[in-house]
Amino acid sequence: MKTDTIAAIATALTPSGIGIIRISGQDAMDIIDRIYKSKNNDKLLSKVKSHTIHYGYIFDGEEMIDEVMVLIMRAPNSYTKEDTVEIDCHGGVFVMKRILETVLKHGARPAEPGEFTKRAFLNGRIDLSQAESVIDIINSKNEYALNSSLSQLKGSVKNDIIQNREKIIHEIAFIETALDDPEHISLDGFPEKLNNIVNGILDEITTLIKSADNGKIIKEGIKTAIVGKPNAGKSSLLNILVGEERAIVTDIEGTTRDTLEENINLNGISLNIIDTAGIRHTEDVVEKIGVDKAKDCIERADLVIYVIDSSKDLDGNDFAIIEQIKDKKAIVLLNKSDLSSKTGVEDVKKYINKPIILISAKEETGINDLENTIKNMFFNGEISFNDEVMITNVRHKNALIDAKESLELVVNSIQNGLPEDFFSIDLMNAYESLGTIIGEALEEDLVNEIFSKFCMGK
Amino acid sequence: MPAIIENYDVCVVGAGHAGCEAALACARLGLKTIIFTVSVDSIALMPCNPNVGGSSKGHLVREIDALGGEMGKNIDKTFIQSKMLNKSKGPAVHSLRAQADKAAYSMEMRKTLQNTENLTIKQIEISEIITDENNNITGVKSVTGATYNCRAAVLCTGTYLRARCLTGEYINETGPNGLQAATHLTDSLKEHGIEIYRFKTGTPARVDKRSLDFSKMQEQLGDEKVVPFSFTTNPEDVQIDQISCWLTYTNEKTHEIIRGNLDRSPMYSGVIEGTGPRYCPSIEDKVVKFADKNRHQIFIEPEGLNTNEMYVGGMSSSLPEDVQLEMYRTVPGMENVKIVRNAYAIEYDCINPNQLYASLEFKNVHGLFSGGQFNGSSGYEEAACQGLIAGINAAMKLLDKNPLILDRSEAYIGVLIDDLVTKENHEPYRMMTSRAEYRLLLRQDNADLRLAEHGHRVGLLSEDRYQWVKEKAKMIKEEIERINEVKIGANKKVQQFLEQHNSIPLNTGVSLADLMRRPELDYDSLAELDPDRPNLPEEVKNQVEINVKYEGYIKRQIKQVEHFKKLEKKKLPTNFDYSNIGGLRIESVQKLNKLQPISIGQASRISGVSPADISVILVYLEQLKYSNPDLFYQLNGNNE
Repeated sequence: MKTDTIAAIATALTPSGIGIIRISGQDAMDIIDRIYKSKNNDKLLSKVKSHTIHYGYIFDGEEMIDEVMVLIMRAPNSYTKEDTVEIDCHGGVFVMKRILETVLKHGARPAEPGEFTKRAFLNGRIDLSQAESVIDIINSKNEYALNSSLSQLKGSVKNDIIQNREKIIHEIAFIETALDDPEHISLDGFPEKLNNIVNGILDEITTLIKSADNGKIIKEGIKTAIVGKPNAGKSSLLNILVGEERAIVTDIEGTTRDTLEENINLNGISLNIIDTAGIRHTEDVVEKIGVDKAKDCIERADLVIYVIDSSKDLDGNDFAIIEQIKDKKAIVLLNKSDLSSKTGVEDVKKYINKPIILISAKEETGINDLENTIKNMFFNGEISFNDEVMITNVRHKNALIDAKESLELVVNSIQNGLPEDFFSIDLMNAYESLGTIIGEALEEDLVNEIFSKFCMGK
Repeated sequence: MPAIIENYDVCVVGAGHAGCEAALACARLGLKTIIFTVSVDSIALMPCNPNVGGSSKGHLVREIDALGGEMGKNIDKTFIQSKMLNKSKGPAVHSLRAQADKAAYSMEMRKTLQNTENLTIKQIEISEIITDENNNITGVKSVTGATYNCRAAVLCTGTYLRARCLTGEYINETGPNGLQAATHLTDSLKEHGIEIYRFKTGTPARVDKRSLDFSKMQEQLGDEKVVPFSFTTNPEDVQIDQISCWLTYTNEKTHEIIRGNLDRSPMYSGVIEGTGPRYCPSIEDKVVKFADKNRHQIFIEPEGLNTNEMYVGGMSSSLPEDVQLEMYRTVPGMENVKIVRNAYAIEYDCINPNQLYASLEFKNVHGLFSGGQFNGSSGYEEAACQGLIAGINAAMKLLDKNPLILDRSEAYIGVLIDDLVTKENHEPYRMMTSRAEYRLLLRQDNADLRLAEHGHRVGLLSEDRYQWVKEKAKMIKEEIERINEVKIGANKKVQQFLEQHNSIPLNTGVSLADLMRRPELDYDSLAELDPDRPNLPEEVKNQVEINVKYEGYIKRQIKQVEHFKKLEKKKLPTNFDYSNIGGLRIESVQKLNKLQPISIGQASRISGVSPADISVILVYLEQLKYSNPDLFYQLNGNNE
């Protein structure tokens, strides 16, 4: 079967020690032969054994680009089950880009996001349980789309969409029944009535689109809530995560101070920490931290990091939080592990079945464990929905714009005095567009869409 | 005792509107065909309303005609009044309806059947279907013990299977109009694993014209210029002297009588087991359902030229004889009415059509096809179009050609059959414009353009006809291109013309097509500004007008169709066990296994199969491309 050859930079595009360019497909070996030279220029990598690593140089024509190690994996013994070549180069952004360009120039095409994983999946490389987790993602998609619209557009907006959709279908149904049963249902005066209704819906949709424009641009990432009682160490934890030299920090101003988010990059995995303002500003004000506040954050989050002060006993507030996070993806941190402990791992385990990690925010120990746990959860698919939140969000906005355009066409038809049966075409389009927001419309390109949520080099 | 054994290619059981189309299609395609009826005198009988067509049904007749069926031609020869309905609405819902001379309609169809080569007519009740060990149909057996061997059979038993008619407390074990019921076949079908439903429908009384006072009713005239149903009928041949229908209304008194006697209606007393059509309700149903309406329309329609009987449209009923007389006599103009035939409800056996492929072949009995009310539909036109498709596909099977399957974007017939074979259907299915998602494209005026290719491919449409449709399509295309190019300047003559037509003057030059899109202007009126206009047939001008005037809408509808087609094109394997796909809900697996949809699109229309289930199947299909490419490309061709 014909599959073309794809290539991408597999590591983050940030200055780092090493960068990897990955090539997969039936021309991978030919391409590497064209651009690789061993030290003595005496080796063709297409002839070497599978799963061997080779020192040498990448050349673009006469120009030497970098000194590299090249890993050769032959089909079907590779991640994608295709011939695969990995070029380990120096980690500068410029060097990585130059090598990728060279690879592309010699016959590969740029991989789409998630395309390596997609190929692995489609070639049967991913085992049953992993394939099932893909199906789980699909199954939860509709419900998930609801949740995400809940958290992103806020609950009232979701209701708005459902209500407006109901209004539209009601009018469509009225037109249709009137066409089928003109004896009992009259369309006299209907266009004027419909005009008012459609204009009302248009106003609401226009407002929604504006709110999307105004400041709800959130960087892609796993929505993460850091919760815990006052003085448990949330703020210090945040500072460590944000303050590390490898972290990229962006402040995104929301519509209010409450929705301020910070984006943290943990080894290539992006976290959006919810309510950083809340964490920072109210840390010391005991009265202000209510369980209610935590509840709101937890609802919106894809991942909850629950910080417990291990130097104190669990109390009612802790149990309230435990209750709220029991159905969420969550990690429990026992902070202040440097102090004498009153609450140990076993004490917490009795109440909650989540990964528990000992840390000391003060001594900065246990942070690696936290990062690894998050990474594992991500790659095991447990919290892999995160990017979808963003995709659906962009799609939400586009869907709203589509719906708006369709409704404007309805108004146009009414004003031009067209017969009633013409209204339903555009009403139906508006109905379908809004349906994509709440997961009630079918997408033909589902597989592509799922895998486009993975990161580029994967 | 020696029994008769005869050999045919195709056996058609039943000679109503479905059976006639099926038998004609098979015989015309060169197959040796026999059609069975319990009464040769009742071939193409209209036991209910005396008309053909009407909202959305008119579309079906046009489509039957475009494919090479008979109904349109037959009504053109025997109609006594004709009307284009919904003219005040858009072209998509214009629909032709003609009053038939019932006796003439039936006689004319009988003549056509009798004069068709390869076609034998036999008056006998069929009691059994015969199959071999591989569930292939091999023949049918009559009540007299005769065997008719065949390679394909089409069942079109209408409302005759185990039929009984009800008028109040009086129950009569007959088919419609007192005709003999077919009592044996149901058991044979059940033995072959076919699931049987029981449906109900009804008809109003026929009354004596001489007992009516038309001065109290409103006369309903036919159109001044009659449009024929058939694309092949010369329009001049249908400009006849027409007979009037009459409009009157029920009133509160009528409704009181009905309400006071509901306990004597078998529908409401629980005697009737069958499910009736919501969309063709009895007067009892209307009075109960629309309790706030103080009157309902009643159309008095002639049953033919050689009879005094009039049909009381809108007042079908299963109330007892005495209540019928009392309620009819409350209607203005009917105070002294004499009932010739009582209204009655009829119950009959039919099948769950989910057992059929879209070709109308049974999934579990190979070579057995079915059409019409037997499939759970209602109406002559619905029956005829299924009979035509079932007949064509029986023939295609024997001729080793691909079946004719129309999709929802091609024809109302496609919508109807897809609904029947895919959706859960618990009442007689009636065609309605609202069921067709893409109705702006599925107009009655363009049925020939939509379907000629199919009619020609299966062999029912003559070469001449096909060439003409192609020529017509070309003329339409060229004329549309031309009027998009003709530029109209903002000169004095033009401004004067616009003023005369209450149209806003031009600021700058526009194309003729732009002007045509103005609601107050049309193709004909713009002739004045278009001196180089070619002389084109009326039907071409009509298409140009619609296509230009509604261009934007048509384009948007085409886009919707493209989206729809993408899912229709993703084919699914046949005889597939959906429990092999992990992640599907059990309810969906059961439904999918039972229905065996041919495409993702069809699967998505099965009630109870959710968008998430469809997504899971899509992922499975994508994986198939890699894990079982042979099957994948067999399903999808090599054009991926």
